[in-house]
Amino acid sequence: MDKLVEKIKDIFADEKLELLIGYTKGTLPLRATPILIESADDAGKLIFDFTCQNNLARYLVDEKKRGGDRRRVGIIAKGCDARAVVQLVLEGQFERENVVIIGVPCRGVVDPGKLRKKLAGREIVNFQVNGEKITLFGNGFELELKRSELLSDSCLACRYPNAVQYNYFIGEPAEPLGVRDGYASVDEFEQKSPDERWAYFEKEYSKCIRCYACRNACPMCYCEECFVDCSTPQWIGKGNDLSDTIIFHIVRVLHTAGRCVDCGACAAACPLNIDIRMLGKRVEKEVTERFGFTAGLDFETQPAMAAFNENDKEEFIM
Amino acid sequence: MKDFEPKIMTFLCNWCSYAGADLAGVSRIQYPPNTRVIRVPCSGRVDPLFILKCLQDGYDGVLVSGCHPGDCHYISGNYVARRKFAILKTALEFMGMEPGRVQFSWVSAGEGEKFSQVISKVTEGVKILGPARKLVKSMDSLESPHD
Repeated sequence: MDKLVEKIKDIFADEKLELLIGYTKGTLPLRATPILIESADDAGKLIFDFTCQNNLARYLVDEKKRGGDRRRVGIIAKGCDARAVVQLVLEGQFERENVVIIGVPCRGVVDPGKLRKKLAGREIVNFQVNGEKITLFGNGFELELKRSELLSDSCLACRYPNAVQYNYFIGEPAEPLGVRDGYASVDEFEQKSPDERWAYFEKEYSKCIRCYACRNACPMCYCEECFVDCSTPQWIGKGNDLSDTIIFHIVRVLHTAGRCVDCGACAAACPLNIDIRMLGKRVEKEVTERFGFTAGLDFETQPAMAAFNENDKEEFIM
Repeated sequence: MKDFEPKIMTFLCNWCSYAGADLAGVSRIQYPPNTRVIRVPCSGRVDPLFILKCLQDGYDGVLVSGCHPGDCHYISGNYVARRKFAILKTALEFMGMEPGRVQFSWVSAGEGEKFSQVISKVTEGVKILGPARKLVKSMDSLESPHD
């Protein structure tokens, strides 16, 4: 960890950074919190481990909204954060030269939703890591879990654990977890009948309380006015009507099609553990297979939904 | 449900498909009267949200029609639309929506005959599927207003 702090101090000076977005120890166990530091003196607060779940690219977007996009900003980036940054630069949200991507190797992060499920309402005060085992300590109970039981589904299927594009890389590159094939869950789900699939999505989305935490956690959702907040015209109802909720989720996925880096921030932010990833993953598969595009890998390729090819397949057109 | 007459929303691009529909009209070509037309500048103007909104409001099917590839009045509007529709169709069918509910076609200004065929085909398809139930907004239940 000291190595990270030392390196960051050097980078702060070399790159004349005015702001650095990173992680620090949170107030809850197993939950690091994002931190914005403006001076190398504060670098000692930084940490990076498997509790650093948030996608920090989100804070880059917020920084722009505050008018700070002319500052030189450094960002500590896992594979997914770095891909989100690349995608944001590609979409013209940030100047490449104003962002310093500091890659760190990621071996998967804790999904707060999974942790919540395991704890079933109980609170933990501390935890201990022992190789692949994690022991949670609470008031009057002790729980031993495998690390993979707590990791986000996105991490289990992750193919890019290290930043693909970066200015600096601290540490040894990590191997992808590869526990699960990227689209295995999607393919398996697709075997069900259409009515079963619809019933599944109805069940999942009926839990939604429309808090929009998924949208707010997403680094790709930076519209000045989201279509759900728009009132002239008001596209969808603001209540908890199921068809409104389903439309919100479909359109959210369509808006992130070909841009989503599958960081899992939306699923982690969901207070009701809704299966948000399933539909997005299917769309991601289609974008990859149909348009041959994977988000956030380089600074040159036009994003799939902002481009076209005259020879795109059109078997679905009458 | 034998005499079920579906309501189908069609989005027609101003330059090709709308003119194609016009040609079908002036040529007195017969086609089912189940469609309601919204004229749009270009098939690229059609936001997937429009299509979902139609299904929510009780339309049994939606058709979007534009110029053939290469013929777009705005050069590339229909190419962009094609990508959007491919993704929308994938998402809806993955969720379990019937494939025939949402359809896309290319109809040029000279294809009055094709326009009538497309409308007949879409109407027939939706008739077989029956009234839309998925996504329909209703206060009490998800029953279709047709019942």
